[in-house]
Amino acid sequence: MNPYVPVLISFAAAVLLIGVFLFFCHAFGPKAPSPIKSDPFECGNPPSGPAHDRFAVRFYIVAMLFLLFDIEVVFLYPWAILFRELGGLGIMEMGFFLTLLVGGLAYVWWRGALEWE
Amino acid sequence: MSAQIAFYVLALGALVSALGVVLVRNPITSALNLVVSLCFVAGLYALLEAHFVAAVQVTVYAGAIMVLFTFVIMLLDLGTVPARTGPPEGIPKATIMGALGAAFVGLVIHAVRGDIRVPTTAGMAPERVAELGGNSRLVGELLFGPYLLPFEVAGVLLLVALVGTVVMAKRDSVAKSTASRRNS
Amino acid sequence: MDLISILIVVAKVAFVLIVVLHFGALMTWAERKQAALIQDRIGPNRINILGVKALGLIQIMADGLKMIMKEDFIPAGAHRLYHTLAPAIAMFPALVALAVVPFGPSFDVAGRHIELQVANLDVGILFVLAVSSLGVYGIALAGWASNNKYSLLGTVRATAQMISYEIPMGLAIIGIVMTYGTLEMNKIVELQGEYFRLGGLPILPKWGIFYQPLGFVLLFTALIAETKRTPFDLPEGESELVAGFNVEYSGMKWGMFFLGEFASIVVVSALVATLYFGGWQIPYVNLMALPALPRVLLGVATFFGKVIVLCWLQLLVRWTLPRFRYDQLMHLGWKRLMPLAIANLPLTAAWIWMLGGMKS
Repeated sequence: MNPYVPVLISFAAAVLLIGVFLFFCHAFGPKAPSPIKSDPFECGNPPSGPAHDRFAVRFYIVAMLFLLFDIEVVFLYPWAILFRELGGLGIMEMGFFLTLLVGGLAYVWWRGALEWE
Repeated sequence: MSAQIAFYVLALGALVSALGVVLVRNPITSALNLVVSLCFVAGLYALLEAHFVAAVQVTVYAGAIMVLFTFVIMLLDLGTVPARTGPPEGIPKATIMGALGAAFVGLVIHAVRGDIRVPTTAGMAPERVAELGGNSRLVGELLFGPYLLPFEVAGVLLLVALVGTVVMAKRDSVAKSTASRRNS
Repeated sequence: MDLISILIVVAKVAFVLIVVLHFGALMTWAERKQAALIQDRIGPNRINILGVKALGLIQIMADGLKMIMKEDFIPAGAHRLYHTLAPAIAMFPALVALAVVPFGPSFDVAGRHIELQVANLDVGILFVLAVSSLGVYGIALAGWASNNKYSLLGTVRATAQMISYEIPMGLAIIGIVMTYGTLEMNKIVELQGEYFRLGGLPILPKWGIFYQPLGFVLLFTALIAETKRTPFDLPEGESELVAGFNVEYSGMKWGMFFLGEFASIVVVSALVATLYFGGWQIPYVNLMALPALPRVLLGVATFFGKVIVLCWLQLLVRWTLPRFRYDQLMHLGWKRLMPLAIANLPLTAAWIWMLGGMKS
């Protein structure tokens, strides 16, 4: 049997279960909307300011860095499987790749993009 | 037979969500439609027995690139596109581009018309792939064998992107700090 | 693909799902009892049904009933669909990730070979990574859909935390893949049944922890950070930012976040047990030499025993360590765990070479 069939059955079962949970929250609770309840929660203060402010650029930097290192990790997986067959040559090939990326990490670190997170 | 059904379901899903990307008004809905579309494409890769690429597609494309997109949309608070009030703009341009696009698609279909069938394997039979150690191992053998140079070039590309990210993002703060140093 | 095979698969899926949910629910009780023990008190012990106090286990049912019966409201200005969808997406990976984990040895019955693993994918571990990267969207949507700036701030920080720790997670797993040369989880568990031998006598089983002690620490830390457990639970910290990204959630939707987090404790333990502690293998016992029924019972019991110990370890970590500040958390992820995880790779290479595993 195709191994993805159990995966799909698993997905379907999870979706079903989540549907049951969502049904529970819809069906069993009381419904008493009021204007004060619907305000955004600010520990008792009346809501102030818009819901969206400007955000520091370091969150974007983190997301970009995550993306680039995730791609690197993805390249590491086939190498790791073949690690023993590729031997020393494989280590040198991957070593070059890793050096490039460690160099990149060092540069990012030196420039202070990882500060004040 | 089941491969056909799977193909049509996945392809339909990918197309519908891709249409959703361009047709909905809310940018977050647009981004999520793209995530769904990418997951269906990953399913198509799995149908082609390219399991490693399917997993990587979900992890990197839907799980990293689209997270970046979602971040940007959330943090920039791009509002909903307002409903159109007058006649649509740019009809001549749209017609030309649409015609060129349709011509391109027609050309591609004409070129492959003899080979159109439901894709099930991308080259080797699944039993042979399993014999040779599995899909990921074969990808690795290709990546560190004939395709070593593209792999290393990809590493250089990633390095360029790393440096570029920091240079672009830090430009303002460097300019601000040098300006403040000059003023003080 | 006959009916019996499908039924077997459905039975396995149901088993895994039920186990994850029940263990998750038990973890809520265990957490409170463990916290109580550490803090020198008793924990929930008032609850009883007609005078029967089952060590406070009925508290789980009481919590569940409370969550179901609370009002489910969506604040004004919040996006209705995403407010409902976010907890669903956040809970999904915890329920599905165990599809590739083998929870017992394979056996033959009535001419059929049954593997105690829901899906034996070619890309085993990558499946877990893929679904956990999709879980980020649940958190991202939760804060965004709540129309509350504290919620949005909490979400952005939570998302940044989750993605920052996904990389050390991926890198730590690479050490295991290097050691066993395969991504398939059932082969990894089988290979952990072999032994390091000295003069022909088995000394230690070839478990992942003996090949990858640093990798274990890295993966465990990264997974605790990924599931946002203390000491990394600033995004949902009860005393900071109110409740962070889930401040506008109540009732069962909040319950889904909560249950999803506890289910992911079980998933983390199952993963670590499979990769580093031999899965269902009992050291020095060859389970495959036993007949089917004792083999399955012992194997499954061993697996769940290891899972319980690792869950308990996570609870212990929670109630011992203080919470990290956000900048400390990011500093740890990018400047400590990631370089260590990268350094783990040549270290593993050297270690494997020393232990004589390199083919030329």
